[in-house]
Amino acid sequence: MKPFDYVRPGTVAEAVAAAAQPGAVYLAAGTNLLDLMKGGVSRPDRLVDVTHLDGLDQIEHLADGSVRIGALVSNADLAHDADFARSYPAVAEALLSGASAQLRNAATVGGNLLQRTRCAYFYDTASRCNKREAGSGCDAREGENRSHAVLGWSDSCIATHPSDFCVPLVALDAIVEIEGRNGRREIPLDALHRLPGDAPERESALEPGDLIVAVRLPPAARGFAAHARYLKVRERTSYAFAVVSAAAALRIENGKIREARLALGGVAAKPWRARSAEDVLGNVAPTADAFQEAALRALTDAKPSGDNAFKIELARRIVVRALTLAAAGTPARLPALPASPFASIPGAIHA
Amino acid sequence: MPELNLTSAPAHLRHGSNIGQPLTRRDGILKVKGQATYAADNHPPGMLFAVMAVASIARGRVTSLDVDAAKRHPGVVDVMTPSHKPQLAVDPEIKTNPFVFRMEVLQSDEVRYANHPIAVVIAETLEAATEGAALLAPRYEVLPALVGLDAGESFVPPVVGVGNPAEHHHGDVEAGLASAEKQIDAVYETPPQYHNAMEPHAIVASWDGDRLSVDMPTQGLMMSLARIAELFGITHDKIHIRSPFLGGGFGSKGLMAGPQTLGIMAAKLVGRPVKLVLRREQMYGPVGHRAPTRQRLRIGADGEGRLTGLDHHARTVSSTFDDFYEPAADASHTLYAAPAIRTAHDAVRVNTGTPLFMRAPGEATGSIALESAIDEMAWACGIDPLAFRLKNYAEVEPITGKPFSSKALRACYEQGAARFGWAQRALQPRQMRDDAGLLVGWGMGTATFPALMFQAEARAAIRRDGSGVMEIGAHDMGQGAWTALAQIAADAVGLDIDRVAFKAGTSDLPDAGIAGGSAHTATAGAAIHSAGAAVIAKLADLATGDERSPLFGAGNAGVIARDGRLLRRDDESRGESYAEILARAGLAEVEARGTGAPNPAAMQEYAMHAHGAVFAEVKVDPELGQVRVTRMVGAFAAGRIVNPHLVKSQLFGGMIWGLSFALHEEAITDRRTGRIMNANLGEYHIPVNADVPPLDVITVEEHDPHVNALGIKGVGEIGITGSAGAVANAVWHATGVRVRRFPIRIEELLTQR
Repeated sequence: MKPFDYVRPGTVAEAVAAAAQPGAVYLAAGTNLLDLMKGGVSRPDRLVDVTHLDGLDQIEHLADGSVRIGALVSNADLAHDADFARSYPAVAEALLSGASAQLRNAATVGGNLLQRTRCAYFYDTASRCNKREAGSGCDAREGENRSHAVLGWSDSCIATHPSDFCVPLVALDAIVEIEGRNGRREIPLDALHRLPGDAPERESALEPGDLIVAVRLPPAARGFAAHARYLKVRERTSYAFAVVSAAAALRIENGKIREARLALGGVAAKPWRARSAEDVLGNVAPTADAFQEAALRALTDAKPSGDNAFKIELARRIVVRALTLAAAGTPARLPALPASPFASIPGAIHA
Repeated sequence: MPELNLTSAPAHLRHGSNIGQPLTRRDGILKVKGQATYAADNHPPGMLFAVMAVASIARGRVTSLDVDAAKRHPGVVDVMTPSHKPQLAVDPEIKTNPFVFRMEVLQSDEVRYANHPIAVVIAETLEAATEGAALLAPRYEVLPALVGLDAGESFVPPVVGVGNPAEHHHGDVEAGLASAEKQIDAVYETPPQYHNAMEPHAIVASWDGDRLSVDMPTQGLMMSLARIAELFGITHDKIHIRSPFLGGGFGSKGLMAGPQTLGIMAAKLVGRPVKLVLRREQMYGPVGHRAPTRQRLRIGADGEGRLTGLDHHARTVSSTFDDFYEPAADASHTLYAAPAIRTAHDAVRVNTGTPLFMRAPGEATGSIALESAIDEMAWACGIDPLAFRLKNYAEVEPITGKPFSSKALRACYEQGAARFGWAQRALQPRQMRDDAGLLVGWGMGTATFPALMFQAEARAAIRRDGSGVMEIGAHDMGQGAWTALAQIAADAVGLDIDRVAFKAGTSDLPDAGIAGGSAHTATAGAAIHSAGAAVIAKLADLATGDERSPLFGAGNAGVIARDGRLLRRDDESRGESYAEILARAGLAEVEARGTGAPNPAAMQEYAMHAHGAVFAEVKVDPELGQVRVTRMVGAFAAGRIVNPHLVKSQLFGGMIWGLSFALHEEAITDRRTGRIMNANLGEYHIPVNADVPPLDVITVEEHDPHVNALGIKGVGEIGITGSAGAVANAVWHATGVRVRRFPIRIEELLTQR
């Protein structure tokens, strides 16, 4: 293994200063980073361990009705926080559909946002990858690319962002709080991840040293709690990334949708907010026709990047189903098989 | 090695004999406590760590390695390369017998497949060796890789599997097909799959002069020993291999492979003990895999649904430098009573590590195609799939005409179908839905696997204190040999299991044969049984020949051994303990050896196979195409069941693997480079617990007087056969979509709404 420095800063300011150096990366749970290092995909000179920083592991319900999730809260702790799961059920469901129980116990909120693509060509250091090595080329483009992007991709990169958690978060207008060299700032989660364009090596809006310290859901996010679901089609029931997923959240009053939120996972280099689909769902009855129309809108710009045309049709169907499930109402308990089309198999053990 | 402290859990209540008791595994507590020592857990003093550097190309030549950079890295002790390595006594390219595979041990700069070992870095720490391997930064001369089932000109291999002819004929297939009223002509594809044992291949090797000590998981202690002796030019008595526990083998640890040999070479090079453990991705190449297949089945049936002909052709691949051909079509030899059968194979050579036996080699790949095709034919004839199978039930082995030594398949069908509720099945597909609107499908498959026997020897002893010893170099891969063979041993010497010191897992013990072919319990068990009988006979000789014994004059045939005593058969009140016999004779112990071997006369006369019937229920989301298996029932007849508890676990494991075959498992090979793109357990999908439904296993009673003295047929592999087809057929029954490429993918079920 390549030797590296390991530093454990005592304060956020120290962390930012330490990580601003070239070759430095943050280490939280390391569920992704350590694998990347073992595979030689990531070869940092310095690890800045943030796991001992104070004050980043709280879930705070703020006076204005928003919730602030510290970057070091584990995926499992957040999903199993009863208040949180009740207020943001699609987020809890997405969390519990991700990775495995062991990984969720370790993985952090901040790290989840910044996990790297699972494109096999990114992980395979013998392959060309513009994301791993700028300008080297993309071997996925003509390779085994059945699971790759159908939205927002470019000839430079067809990788997808693998997070489940980010999908409902982006639907609910989550805000990312960042501590950087010039102090604190915040950006919408939707602006955190970048589409590849001709610079897929730049994956996010973060600058050197930037540390995500919290994710905030604004007060309006609670308004969808009664009608919010996450649906994930995958190749096995656990420990698999989404082929395609969707988060759907509706605010329904008097039998009409007042506001709809929709985002897709597994389709693009970022969690894909489908605003044009949301637009057609404003002030309409939650009908199959309306959901079909929304699904068509959501995928209007989709095009295959390889052997993955099926993902477009699958995504449409998932949108319809996710909206249908959301309209039917959030279940009283998180489903036994979270986010699965088989969510309510009798006899299954609850997550 | 120290004697294993196998526990005697209180659950080990014994009623009558040991064989047949559902004992929990005797090594279970050791494993739960982390006290079972696997190969890589050994750290002899002074041990160094070796890490293989492997090729990132599938075909070509290594033109440079930056050995200096690796050597400069702190902690690196040496770098073994084609130009800097100990010489082997024989050319590793020479096949001295069919169970010897050519191995890649740095004999040249040629690269034959992706992950081909090209150097070994030896260092004081694992981290230093790993970084040293990365610093080698190999350069290559790259040639176009041969990839896939159409990579080149096909040829008919001389043999498939282990010595089977590539083609078999029985009757006139073309005439049979021509006379048929219904015909099926379908092509099925199965992908490359990798064994992926939980425990990676590992070796800890220590040389002391010309003596070699090895910790290494192996399914064949004596074959490994012989191969090591040959490669390093030392005699068998100079080598000691310990393999008390394997974290799974599934065929991949059957033969000595290149990486373990490299570990021994590295230890020789540096003159210190060396440990070499494969990384997960390095197991996708030099240690075998299940080759992909493309199988064409042509089947004819008459107006009554009786088969008129069955033609099964399989295309597979082997490596560019060695020969192993997945005998997929041979699955059609034994199951269905077609009057005319032809099976044939051809192959192409590709840039891959040589394929190998992988749990039910041939049977698993062939079974999913055959069971799918039989299902298609049943549907074409408008007959229930079980009724169709019964209509074509083979009373004798179809390909040879031999009677079966035993065959309780009818009972398997009946009991499995009854437990599953098969009679309620709709004949038409896409007819059944659950309350949530999910499509429900029921499918079945017939399971079969040959009842094989290899050669084995065991040594039994009765000691002065009346306890017993049984020694055999048997292998516990997780299947439960420590327990099942000890049960056989206990009965063989007429003692309770806790009174027998059962020794296994090292190469200084008598040869137990290979733990493969589902034959280990039968083969080692037969040797144990025979050694036990021999030592009891010696003890009986001592007693019945001694006028001071209450057994004097009883004669050998008139004595039985039970609970540590010999008793007169005609008067059980007369007898004495083993200890008394030995004390009087002034002996510390008596010992004897026994062997297990196939019976050629019986094999000539009978076809010997285990059988089973597997029933599966799946649910399919009609819009999203996601499949979930919700129930599986398997009924298996495999002769005598030594330990029902362990047998059930074996059959569960096989059924889960069948599910995996149908729905999950596939190595994804880049079509341009031949590199495997999902060589890790995150992306090479096998079922997780949440994918495995409640499983129900019935072991159907079957007495077989011909297979071996104990009537054991073996259960290691049969569970995967039948199961894969049952799941695939259930998917068809749920959706009406017949998928012929495995694993079944979501996109193939998206066509309908």
